[in-house]
Amino acid sequence: MSKQYVDLNTPVIEMRNIVKKFGDFVANDGINLTVHKGEIHAILGENGAGKSTLMNQLYGLLKPTSGDILVNGKIIDMNNPRDAIAAGIGMVHQHFMLVQPFTVTENIVLGTEPQKGISLDMATARKNVVEISERYGLSIDPDAKIEDISVGMQQRVEILKALYRGADILILDEPTSSLTPQEITELIAIMHNLVKDGKSIIIITHKLKEIKESADYCTIIRMGKYIGTVDVDEVDENGLASMMVGRNVTFKVDKPEQEPGEVVLDVKDLHCKDYRDIEIVKGLNLQVRRGEIVGIAGIDGNGQTELVEVITGLRKGVSGQVLVNGVDVFNKPPLFGFEHGVSSIPADRQKHGLVLDFSIEDNLILQNYDKEPFSQKSILKRDPIFAHASQSIEKYDIRPKQSEKRPAGTLSGGNQQKVIIAREVQNDKDLLIAVNPTRGLDVGAIEYVHKYIVDQRNKGKAVLLVSFELDEIMSLSDIIDVIFDGQIVASIPGKEANENDLGLMMAGGKKA
Amino acid sequence: MTKKKSFLEFVSDTRFIHILLSIILGFLVGAIFLVIMGISVGGAYGRLLSSVTGVKGFSYVVVYAIPYIVVGLSVAFSFKTGVFNIGAEGQFVVGSMAAAVVGILGGALPKPLLIPLCFLAAMAAGAIWGIIVGFLKTRWGINEVLSMIMFNWIAFYLSNFIAGIPAIHSDGTAEATKNVSANASTLLSKDFINSMGLCPTANWGILVAIAMTILVWFIIEKTTLGYELKAVGYNKFAAEYGGIHVNRSILTALAISGALAGLGGALQLMGMGGRISVFSSQEGFGFAGIVVALIGCSNPFGVLIAGIFYGALMYGGSKLNLVGAPTQLVNVIVGTVVFFIAISVIFENLKRIQRRAPKTQAPANTEKEADKT
Repeated sequence: MSKQYVDLNTPVIEMRNIVKKFGDFVANDGINLTVHKGEIHAILGENGAGKSTLMNQLYGLLKPTSGDILVNGKIIDMNNPRDAIAAGIGMVHQHFMLVQPFTVTENIVLGTEPQKGISLDMATARKNVVEISERYGLSIDPDAKIEDISVGMQQRVEILKALYRGADILILDEPTSSLTPQEITELIAIMHNLVKDGKSIIIITHKLKEIKESADYCTIIRMGKYIGTVDVDEVDENGLASMMVGRNVTFKVDKPEQEPGEVVLDVKDLHCKDYRDIEIVKGLNLQVRRGEIVGIAGIDGNGQTELVEVITGLRKGVSGQVLVNGVDVFNKPPLFGFEHGVSSIPADRQKHGLVLDFSIEDNLILQNYDKEPFSQKSILKRDPIFAHASQSIEKYDIRPKQSEKRPAGTLSGGNQQKVIIAREVQNDKDLLIAVNPTRGLDVGAIEYVHKYIVDQRNKGKAVLLVSFELDEIMSLSDIIDVIFDGQIVASIPGKEANENDLGLMMAGGKKA
Repeated sequence: MTKKKSFLEFVSDTRFIHILLSIILGFLVGAIFLVIMGISVGGAYGRLLSSVTGVKGFSYVVVYAIPYIVVGLSVAFSFKTGVFNIGAEGQFVVGSMAAAVVGILGGALPKPLLIPLCFLAAMAAGAIWGIIVGFLKTRWGINEVLSMIMFNWIAFYLSNFIAGIPAIHSDGTAEATKNVSANASTLLSKDFINSMGLCPTANWGILVAIAMTILVWFIIEKTTLGYELKAVGYNKFAAEYGGIHVNRSILTALAISGALAGLGGALQLMGMGGRISVFSSQEGFGFAGIVVALIGCSNPFGVLIAGIFYGALMYGGSKLNLVGAPTQLVNVIVGTVVFFIAISVIFENLKRIQRRAPKTQAPANTEKEADKT
């Protein structure tokens, strides 16, 4: 970025030597951060490095153990988010805080509704919302209900909510983790629009590419410690990655050549409908063989989600066949598919992947609780369950350690994903389906996840990978199947794929 | 966590302490009413205490507590498994009536056969009452809370209808059923009661209640069934993804919960009255069960203690008019206790008092937030 809007003489945020302790655990150990007017400042760190803790202090959700926070040059004592909002700080959380059945307008004005006497003045509210959305180029339908709009749109609503409350400094916590590539491009454009208008943005992320594309400066935190602040133009992605994890990171996935074996998954002429009862998978054919990774590349909404749901038994299809090792699992319950060789890493880890109130050890046996050694004659055997958890935590680097009995909901997103991966990879079924397996993970964790997926392939298992990260599809897949409008429109060897051709095919254009 | 907690943190983070505080507050609020009414607080609470202590007083408490414990277990079990059994009232009523019918018609059967038969009939009736609601929910998505409330009334009128059938109805003038056969009674022998100085309705139902407490704990904590039911209760999507049959689990949970409530009805009938009156209003055992489950934190052993506490309040409360205090005082206390338990989050804010003090940063909320980064 050109930094054309950055005004280095006007620091708007200064966090000085911030220390935050939780008991004996030091989450932030002397962090410094300076953000100027018109600047996009990235905070980079691994899962659990202390990024969110730092931002929660800036937003008044936590109080520093020591250190000062200055906003526009004045020390501010933040006790709660109201203080932060009053100081002109707005935060967009990773998980949106929106009222689903309310409209966009209602959500944006919530808590600061314009009133006419004692009744709501919705007309004025709507006018204000339209005005502010036009001013910052955040186009949005003010009358749509949240439950009907895409994740990218919901994020716009969150940003507008902060702007509506007069925020000059926006904190975006992992803003791209649930966005499609197109939505990410749009978000970056929005961010540039905002700094042009004199706003400042702090973006918490671990996606190096986006930092390179959007940020001016980047502050790196590793295990709670301040590593440094760099000018984004002066470092490359490798440099950022090694500062973040403290070692060299390989982006290349090491994948030996190997001949695929017989067909494990054979989807024939599959039709199914989406939640609106509109046909979304339209006669899809797909094969995955032993020892190969088939990647499904496509823009969200072209039927890949429903395809996986039908294969795993969560959604009823209209017609077709889903053969797993020759057995048709079409429209059978999930357990049937599991017993015939399907394991999967679901897209929504908190909804489908984990029982958040269950301990980690209980989550690790979700499909196997009724099998030996975890139970005998319907009685759970706690010792083997615990031992299984201990070795999984060790082998899959689930942090914190000794967390066997802790509820899964207390883990960070990356570690929750490791629990699911530990479970599904150890199930060791013939077919592994992975949907956005690295969503929200940092490069260190991504490296692990990719290694486990490739390991399964190397062991002769069939792997179906669905991901919105084109890089991930391209680096892992032996075959890339492009999905468009409910059908596989192209199937090309992974080695021959390039981003431009794929992008064109994903958008419905034929390869030249 | 090796870090020593401060007193305020201990208070604010411990569920048990929340309950205790709620109970204390309940009595305080009760005291305020007593003061307003000009009744001696010491006199009323002294009476409450004296009537529930001593061998005889406590035996009354235990007898009162039996149905509360078992129905409390029913509700607690439903909480743990993600269904809200507000229908325990109806299941209690049908269970009680099923036991009465078996106990009257099968009066000739020997005791060791008749008593288990009564229990089984009551549990089956309660379970069926629960399963019907579960079926409506899983088959057509009908909200279980609504259908349960309606089924409470269906049970109520069904019970009155059965009580009016000539074979069941009392031969005398009483608007009630016949008494169940002596072979269906769980009362202790007269000689034993007299020699121990127990209350006249002392019965061994409490042993069944304790056995059920252990059984429920065992199912929830130790069995694969409990694992399944809890998984569905906490997150049915993940449970389904993991291969658990969600609908079957909901039905099983409601059946077990219903069976417990039905058993509560049988224990009450066979240990206390021996017959069922024609109701003019719902007796409220099912709703008491909700209170007991809340006070007991849905933990089976917590429910056991909470049931005895509730029994003590109910029995002790019935003696309050002897000192001129209204019996309804205990309802004020119970209502206040439940109110404070429901809003017990406020106790978690106690540690803020300390946090505000400068230089003594409370390492509060430790683990969760630290990992959330």
